Amino acid sequence: MRIKSRKKYGGSLGGDIAIFVLLTLLGLFMLFPIYLSVVQSIKPPEELFLFPPKLYAMSPTNQNFVDLINTASNMWVPFSRYIFNSVFVAIVVTAAQLIFASSAAYALAKVNFPGKAALNKIIEIALLFTSTVLFIMQYMVMATIGLIDTYLAITLPYIATPMGLFLMRQFMGQIPDAMIEAAHLDGAGHTRICWQIVMPNVKPAWLTLMIFAFNGAWQITGYSFIYNEALKPIPTVLQQITASGIARAGVAAAAVVILMIPPMVLFVLCQSSVVETMASSGLKD
Amino acid sequence: MANNERSLYIEDNKFRYTILQMKRNAGVYGLIAPYFVLFLIFTIIPVLISLPMGFTNFNMAQFPQWVGLSNFYSLFLEDEVFLTAIENTLVFAVVTGPLSYFLCFILAWLINELPGALKTIFTFVFYAPTLAGNIYTTWQLIFSGDTYGIANAYLIDLGITNGAIQWLTDANYIMGVLIVVQLWMALGAGFLAIRAGLQGIPRDRYEAGAIEGIKNRAQELIYVTIPAMGPQLLFAAVMQITSSFTAGDIGRYLTAFPTTDYAGHTIMTHAFDYGSIRYEMGYSSAICFVLFAVMLVANWGIKKILGKYLDT
Repeated sequence: MRIKSRKKYGGSLGGDIAIFVLLTLLGLFMLFPIYLSVVQSIKPPEELFLFPPKLYAMSPTNQNFVDLINTASNMWVPFSRYIFNSVFVAIVVTAAQLIFASSAAYALAKVNFPGKAALNKIIEIALLFTSTVLFIMQYMVMATIGLIDTYLAITLPYIATPMGLFLMRQFMGQIPDAMIEAAHLDGAGHTRICWQIVMPNVKPAWLTLMIFAFNGAWQITGYSFIYNEALKPIPTVLQQITASGIARAGVAAAAVVILMIPPMVLFVLCQSSVVETMASSGLKD
Repeated sequence: MANNERSLYIEDNKFRYTILQMKRNAGVYGLIAPYFVLFLIFTIIPVLISLPMGFTNFNMAQFPQWVGLSNFYSLFLEDEVFLTAIENTLVFAVVTGPLSYFLCFILAWLINELPGALKTIFTFVFYAPTLAGNIYTTWQLIFSGDTYGIANAYLIDLGITNGAIQWLTDANYIMGVLIVVQLWMALGAGFLAIRAGLQGIPRDRYEAGAIEGIKNRAQELIYVTIPAMGPQLLFAAVMQITSSFTAGDIGRYLTAFPTTDYAGHTIMTHAFDYGSIRYEMGYSSAICFVLFAVMLVANWGIKKILGKYLDT
């Protein structure tokens, strides 16, 4: 038949090559703006405003990054503190979202209990709700329970996202009921079934949720929730540094490049693991 | 037994059955509690307070004043900019919604046809705009209105245009530019969920398909892959609805705000204008209310269509 390592049976090598070429061309379009911002970050100031604009740096420099670090280390609070804040917030939000959304999703997908239909409906509606006013109401709620200016203000509100629950529920719904019945008969409780039977079978789903959660948490700024300098996460601080306009254009580009690295690293780790786990196995029903 | 007595009996039974079910599944409430407590505090309660705001006059300094439907009357009968915003929002939604949904699926599927490491690389490339956060402001460099703008520089250099085009301030180009940027960013959560779903289709389904005589990729896609992807396709559809109806929001960062002649003005930016600039919270809430209603209808329609053909 076909090459042994092929997972699937349809398709030919010629088709693979055609797909590869098409995806490469589209991929270049996707990467172009990202490539540009990397180039901007290594251009010396005099090259930023050349005519015609160059798509590469003639004499690349790390000056923008050095300037960024110098500015950052002259701040009131040591820069490592901001890094700690961001990493701490990202880890707490990602872990909590993964655990809370998964266990709730298991209940909503696989257990029949009174109230289930209503909760499912509420989640689906919440996915569509966008309001500029919501943010103010959130502030009021947080002020009432005294969360303003604490770590809780930049972690708790970002944990229970409707998207995370909806994603996990959609995947868990595909697990055969028979598998869960069998575990029940063996005497396993809901918590055990959720974590030992269901979760290993939806690995692509929770690895994907991890990417969403971390990416979202990494961008938390905490505007108007955090006033204490020592509690601010990196994006807020970098925006403060780069807000001073065109003179800092190169430094701003450097900040953007640094900020996008952690989510990209996590993405590659999670995504290659998604591809690996499912290359050989899949659930049987 | 008389008829109404019997229905009473059934009612009573139903109630007892519910209680029994609740007791039997008591452990489940422990599983959902952490999520739903946070969800209640940070989403449900703020939403419930913000919904009635649309029926008030609220400037954030004084206590909201109940004005009934007057905000909605103004929106549809007096506010001409709002009608432009609705039109633009629908154009965005109709163009970027279906197209981005199609791209999410087709690209995710094409990537899945490639061997291992290439899958990871291409998934990364297409998801990179979402990962890179606020990098879409780089498009300002490309579409800058002076000759320093990359698009202008190259178009002039190649002799296609004579002078600089004001991509971000000329009302003729704003929508086009915003649609291009929106599509560039469109491969987000939906795309990744479809990639994960494709990854999880059991291998034996493909084997069974091959035995039943599937000869090429197209047949495999239609008879094996798509039927196994219902839940992921629904997830992606809902995500694309949300992003396509809120699409114009990126315009606030890319173009001048508000856009020239309101050419790129959408319901979202209109709400932002009244909420965060003019502090007319009541009016802004009413605008968001309309957007929410439109999205509910779109969502309902999509679910009906997908539910007809797929097991979602």
